[in-house]
Amino acid sequence: MKQKIYFREVLNNGTGYYGLLALLLAVILVGMGATYYMEHHGHYVTGMNNQIVWGTPHVFAVFLIVAASGALNIASIGSVFNKKLYKPLAPLSGLLAIALLAGGLAVLVLDLGRPDRLIVAMTYYNFKSIFAWNIILYTGFMAIVIVYLWTMLEHKMNGYTKTAGFIAFIWRLALTTGTGSIFGFLVAREAYDAAIMAPMFIIMSFSFGLAIFLLVLMAAYRWTDRALGDVILFHLKNLLGVFAAAVLYFVLVFHLTNLYAAGHSGVERFILLDGGIYTKLFWIGHILLGNLLPIAMLFHPTVGKSRAAIAWASILIIVGGLIQMYVIIIGGQAYPLNLFPGMDVVSSFNDGPASGLAHSYTPSTPEFLLGIAGIAIALLLVAVAVKVLRFLPESLDDATVDPHASAAKD
Amino acid sequence: MIQKHDPQMHQSQPHEIDSARRKFLGGSAGALAGVAIAPGVLLSQVALAKPADQAVSSDNRWGMLIDTNKCDKGCDACVRGCQTENGWGSNETHSAETQTAQWIRKVELRDKNTGHATSLPLMCQHCEHPPCVDVCPTGASFRREDGIVLVDKHICIGCRYCMMACPYKARSFIHEALQDQLPVAPRGKGTVESCTLCVHRVDKDGENAVPACAEACNSEGHEAFVFGDLNNPESRISQELAKHGGTQIRADLGLNVAIRYRGI
Amino acid sequence: MAVMLRNLRSLLLLAGMTLLALPLTAQSGTPLPDVPEATKRFSETQGCVEPTEDMRKNHMKMMLHKRDQTMHEGIRTPQHSLEECINCHVPGDDSGKIVRIDSKDHFCASCHSYAGVTIDCFECHADRPVKKTEFHPLVAKPSPHHAEATSTGPVTTGTLEILAEEGKLQ
Repeated sequence: MKQKIYFREVLNNGTGYYGLLALLLAVILVGMGATYYMEHHGHYVTGMNNQIVWGTPHVFAVFLIVAASGALNIASIGSVFNKKLYKPLAPLSGLLAIALLAGGLAVLVLDLGRPDRLIVAMTYYNFKSIFAWNIILYTGFMAIVIVYLWTMLEHKMNGYTKTAGFIAFIWRLALTTGTGSIFGFLVAREAYDAAIMAPMFIIMSFSFGLAIFLLVLMAAYRWTDRALGDVILFHLKNLLGVFAAAVLYFVLVFHLTNLYAAGHSGVERFILLDGGIYTKLFWIGHILLGNLLPIAMLFHPTVGKSRAAIAWASILIIVGGLIQMYVIIIGGQAYPLNLFPGMDVVSSFNDGPASGLAHSYTPSTPEFLLGIAGIAIALLLVAVAVKVLRFLPESLDDATVDPHASAAKD
Repeated sequence: MIQKHDPQMHQSQPHEIDSARRKFLGGSAGALAGVAIAPGVLLSQVALAKPADQAVSSDNRWGMLIDTNKCDKGCDACVRGCQTENGWGSNETHSAETQTAQWIRKVELRDKNTGHATSLPLMCQHCEHPPCVDVCPTGASFRREDGIVLVDKHICIGCRYCMMACPYKARSFIHEALQDQLPVAPRGKGTVESCTLCVHRVDKDGENAVPACAEACNSEGHEAFVFGDLNNPESRISQELAKHGGTQIRADLGLNVAIRYRGI
Repeated sequence: MAVMLRNLRSLLLLAGMTLLALPLTAQSGTPLPDVPEATKRFSETQGCVEPTEDMRKNHMKMMLHKRDQTMHEGIRTPQHSLEECINCHVPGDDSGKIVRIDSKDHFCASCHSYAGVTIDCFECHADRPVKKTEFHPLVAKPSPHHAEATSTGPVTTGTLEILAEEGKLQ
């Protein structure tokens, strides 16, 4: 007998729920204070300088934006690839995508040198700039996913879900390609100038988005005392393991290709060997903690079945993802431009990789607070939305989700 | 004028042009034009500055040729000249050293293989295909018709993407509120700036303009800079480039920059 | 009881109407801003480069148009040049008083603070005239003499030269 899945708003009214809202709001307020401080005094209060122009806020912002497009994956698997198992998760997936994007964009915009000129950014367009295209892609994504959600939540529109899902799927691929191309199109920097940047960002989005989705799902169901069955959970965690492995593959190809090109060996040596903090972060933070360990945990026959392990693996992937962004964005800038190959270079503006002067950067507190506020904005949006609208199925236990699977288990 | 006193002569030769007189006038005009009113500046060139109300055009392409052989290792006159002219270098009091603006810098080079040492000034290269212009989301970073690459700070939102994209690290971001800017070089917090090739001088003096770096170098006696119109084959810079050639930094990027160097 | 309520209602009505009528009792003619005089006139018949009323109404449009012309086309006619506006309307530092944009005595600030319209021009542009010793490029600049310069006052070109000479390269 086919069980119908009922969606219901979160009914919690207790201190737990409002405590969560209050905590998130507090983090956001502190972040806004930090933003005001940075904007009012100017960027001299941050760790960013003329060598490292994009810092911690950009690490968080790009991470959130990349994760946002990945969070929509679950909905796409349901709507576009017709996997019935994932269809009940689609509304939450869409919501998370919008929320993460909103958080990421907030951080990006608030770090501008002139955030008061946002209207200028929306009215003066240089269509040769991938940044300008991204502005269109990001806002368009929001609109499309809102329509997609509407087709799912409004019974009369359910017939259009497949179409909306398909458009959203294509759009988010364009969006992530655009985000990766921000770096990939920079011919000047050896760390970035690579076509593989765009597809690598897409794979990263799969991994980060699903990790965040999994954590939010587990937390939401645990804190609302709703059932989350193993069938769905194990499907998701296996998928996460596959995505993390795929990220590892792309990173491998990226660095191998770079190592092959004599011209790029300098920057590879820097990241992989003697870049100090960046090398440590790459190997320990990104590769080991962010990929290898979670993959092992998720695919282990017994460890992989424990909810705690799944949650920790997701957290590791998220932290590893942030570290990966840090190495890409800041490590890539720390390596000086190679203006005079084969020369020792000294200048008052820190030129020359051969002179061994990597540009220095220390993350400052206001930058970090702004970044964290972005995450809090995303989570606050989700927390409020699931209470106000019917995003979460009442039950995702095995019997409800897939009667055949539970019957087979017995 | 002869007409009044000799109407008959005037009437008998109404349209016949005295070719001898004409040749004389033409010749002396040419000779006059060739007279140097100062070393390196011909009278004919003085007329080449565009009128103030005329838009710049791609007929000109302003550039500089820097002879690094004449560049002295310890000398930074060009940097100080630029600072004086454009008002940077001393009014960013809160920023750390890595955060203060640098429109032009001296770079000391030493070939690792041969040990040969050179020094050169490095500033915005005013590329023909500037990466900074390509990436600017609002179009604030733009290239003028006459080749000078500028930042329109009225629409700059301070995203610093152009700084990421510049292959020469020519751009600086202003990290604090400024006061006492110079009228020729408006600069403010939260926007990006770089060498303007002294565009305010170029617009006034045209072919005869001397950017502040070049002027300072000249007053030190090194005379390493030659400024001029790359599109004019008669200009001193074009002639020197034709005779001695000139290298572009990071020529492999194919940006066709306007700043050329000799000796590297 | 009903009578009391009726009276209360009338009282409230009266109070409300009084409050609403208060603006009508204001003095006729709100105080105008104290705009400082310019340092020179444009011509015998006209104070500014355009008639005053035209300027008051359209100076923003003129500036927006001119700035694009100057930036993108290199047109630097003095007619609508911001630098020339400042040269006339704001006294230089050698007049004895340093008038910055944040002071009410600044020509632009006097009106703009009154009207409550924020301008950000002077975040970048010089808010006061700066005297330049304009030498023809062919004439060598006189080398600034070495002196101890303390930057307590406004930084003029002369001070900048001395500071630069001291080797303050950032």
